[in-house]
Amino acid sequence: MKTSIKEIKETKNNFAKIKPLLTDNEAHIEAARCLFCHDAPCITACPTSIDIPLFIRQIMTQNTTGAAKTIFSQNILGKSCGNVCPTEILCEGACVYNNLNEKPIDIGRLQAYATEHAIKNDIRFFQKGKSTGKKIAVIGGGPAGLSCAHKLTESGHEVTVFEASENAGGLNTYGVAPYKFSNEDAKEEIEYISKIGFKIKTNNKITKDDLPKLEKDYDAIFIGVGLGNTKPLKIEGENLKGVTGATEFIYNLRKNNQKIKIGKEVVVIGGGNTAIDAAVESAKLGAKVTIIYRRTEHEQGAYYFEIELAKQNGVQFKYLISPKTINGKGSVESITCTNNKLMPSKNGNKANIEEIKRSEFTIPCNMVIIAAGQEKQIDFLKSIKDLKLDNGKITVNKTFQTTNPKYFAGGDAINGGKEVVNAVANGRDAARAIDKYLMQEAR
Amino acid sequence: MANLECNFAGIKSPNPFWLASGPPANTAYQVINAFKAGWGGAVWKTLGVPIVNVSSRYGAMSYKNEKIAGFNNIELITDRSLEDNLKDMKEVKEKFPNHALIASMMFEKKEEWHDCIKKCEDIGVDGFELNYGCPHGMCERGMGSAVGQNPDVCEKITSWVMEVAKKPVIVKLTPNITDITKAGLAAQRGGANAVSLINTINSVTGIDLDTMEPNPKVAGLSSHGGYCGPAVKPIALNMIAELTNHPDFHLPISGIGGIETWRDAAEHILMGASTVQVCTAVMHYGFKIVQDMTEGLSNYLDSQKMKSVLELSGITAKKLRKWEDLDLNYKIIASIDEEKCIGCQLCYIACEDGAHQAIALLKNSRVPKIKEDHCVGCNLCSLVCPVESCISMINVTTNKQKLIWKEHPKNPINIAIGTSLKR
Repeated sequence: MKTSIKEIKETKNNFAKIKPLLTDNEAHIEAARCLFCHDAPCITACPTSIDIPLFIRQIMTQNTTGAAKTIFSQNILGKSCGNVCPTEILCEGACVYNNLNEKPIDIGRLQAYATEHAIKNDIRFFQKGKSTGKKIAVIGGGPAGLSCAHKLTESGHEVTVFEASENAGGLNTYGVAPYKFSNEDAKEEIEYISKIGFKIKTNNKITKDDLPKLEKDYDAIFIGVGLGNTKPLKIEGENLKGVTGATEFIYNLRKNNQKIKIGKEVVVIGGGNTAIDAAVESAKLGAKVTIIYRRTEHEQGAYYFEIELAKQNGVQFKYLISPKTINGKGSVESITCTNNKLMPSKNGNKANIEEIKRSEFTIPCNMVIIAAGQEKQIDFLKSIKDLKLDNGKITVNKTFQTTNPKYFAGGDAINGGKEVVNAVANGRDAARAIDKYLMQEAR
Repeated sequence: MANLECNFAGIKSPNPFWLASGPPANTAYQVINAFKAGWGGAVWKTLGVPIVNVSSRYGAMSYKNEKIAGFNNIELITDRSLEDNLKDMKEVKEKFPNHALIASMMFEKKEEWHDCIKKCEDIGVDGFELNYGCPHGMCERGMGSAVGQNPDVCEKITSWVMEVAKKPVIVKLTPNITDITKAGLAAQRGGANAVSLINTINSVTGIDLDTMEPNPKVAGLSSHGGYCGPAVKPIALNMIAELTNHPDFHLPISGIGGIETWRDAAEHILMGASTVQVCTAVMHYGFKIVQDMTEGLSNYLDSQKMKSVLELSGITAKKLRKWEDLDLNYKIIASIDEEKCIGCQLCYIACEDGAHQAIALLKNSRVPKIKEDHCVGCNLCSLVCPVESCISMINVTTNKQKLIWKEHPKNPINIAIGTSLKR
């Protein structure tokens, strides 16, 4: 049967998984490639220290349930991490096959395969511990909060997660690209994790007014609030219709299952991974997308494989460009930019950006997405007594306890914005510390 | 360029690569295709009183991503009438007069052997192979390996065949025996012109863990089958060498067992074979593999400045000795090429847990270090290392004379002699 190119295009799901779930056969073949290194570098590279060679061997022997247990005992969000981790720079980047110029083991996808098996078949490995009578509040139902809540419940504490949005999951639900992890994936994972027996209160944003009661009702509090809104550029025209922050754009996209309106021509401002996500998503929605970045390609914060993905999706990159004004009557019609040049800095720091005089030019567009970083939740955090902040990030000790001993914290709120897997590791380790803190006398 | 033409006990073929008796050599259609593809000869699927087969018939032993590391079958000899087989064989011989066509046979009675030999010679076969090896189905009826395992019977039946056979006779030996030379010498006494080995090995390739049924399944049951394929090559190499090295054994050998490439074939030949037979590899990949087999072997002979297969035959068998003839003062130790090491540390853990604790890990480096004073030169690290020529075994000069076990002071016999001398 003949199928025209057009037909294929029309039936193609633009947001289909770019790394689809492995079939049994694919998983077994890939697992059999693993060398089973001693003291494996992939484990060291994983922020949650999953015993990767062990779970891969378990997949190979078709002990997939055992593989899932190996993963979940270190990382209860093993499924989202398998899908969204930048494995190229973590476990897979450390795989010794790289030293042999061979393709590293597809660890992320193997992890997704094993965890999917446990979640789909509802095979659970952890139960709520014997009740300690202690109550813990978790502010923020993102990866850090969920990981922390799960571990604390396992230790027998009564945990309530307060989530500001309609759904828990944080980045997994509202931040990561849907072609990596879908809404359905996120929902299933949260349901699976929370079956251990902690409460999630959604649409329940904690404000400074709630704090006295929270402190009274709970023995300890974990802060996993992540970051805030997109930082404004503070340029003319930023309030025009069609101008949006990348975080807000992606939130909206995920919330509406990708059924959102997109401009015909979109300009994305920024050089990080969020800029790439917003750009690729816009392209997949049908827009002609240009990313403008004030520095050069080499200084871009985005991972090389993300940049590659954007290029494959037809995104144009323009470097050494700064936005000056966004123009339009009511809604965006164009953006005026200038060219930059880099001037070497005196003290060996990053080169300075210098605007090239009279280099102004205009790019016509009907949507501008700003991805120049996110705000921190400073106002809320400042309302917590004795909580020390460093540049907006919560200061914690090595057990993730803040300067107010009742409060612990983890995830983007302490690191300023890292990966899901870092948040999971923080939440887990903070839970261990909270348990120790509360149970010092009791046990 | 080396000449691959062979004269094996009087059977001529354009090259030493023959189809072994088995499913690929069942019909004229197959053997003609095989000869067109470049095979030098074919040993026809064993002739006999036609049998009835079961379904399924084949099993495989897989290892990681190798689906067929070992193979077995519970298929019996030909299920076709002698007339059909003879008609097909005649057609092949007419189309390919210069290729070797050998009739494999298995019968109970002397008259049956005689009758078949005559009929085969009438249609022009180049030789015979007596199937004394098949380990399943036929041996229960007093044939196949039941013959091969009993040297007296082996000799007797061979002598029956030799009474009438005008063409060369090869006896195919079973490996399901403690000492292969006993069977080989019996065939020689019976008057055989050559032997071929190994036939398949008693085996069960695996069990379905869901149904707990053995493979290959026949309505929930199975039967032990004949093991072959890549996994059996080491057993074949040893048995061929044992015959080659036996001072009283003088017949040419056709090597069988785990041959898939020219390299496998070269190994069989180095142990003393002068032709080789292939079945499992053809069942896996088809006839085309012979292209590289002939070219690869020819190039190898050229690289060794040899003109024929016979020059290569048996060279390595001479280097296979009894353990007590090996030099106990020869010493090698492992050496890791730091540039090539990828840091998997498989050598470390293998030596640490499985051998002699002679490899150390260093702080701040993934590259392990050999503890030279602990290393016994066992090879294990170099075998587990996934990188080509990263770990090599280096010869250590001991400045000691060659010392074999027979002369070693710790040998109890030498201690006894020493004690008696003292007395």
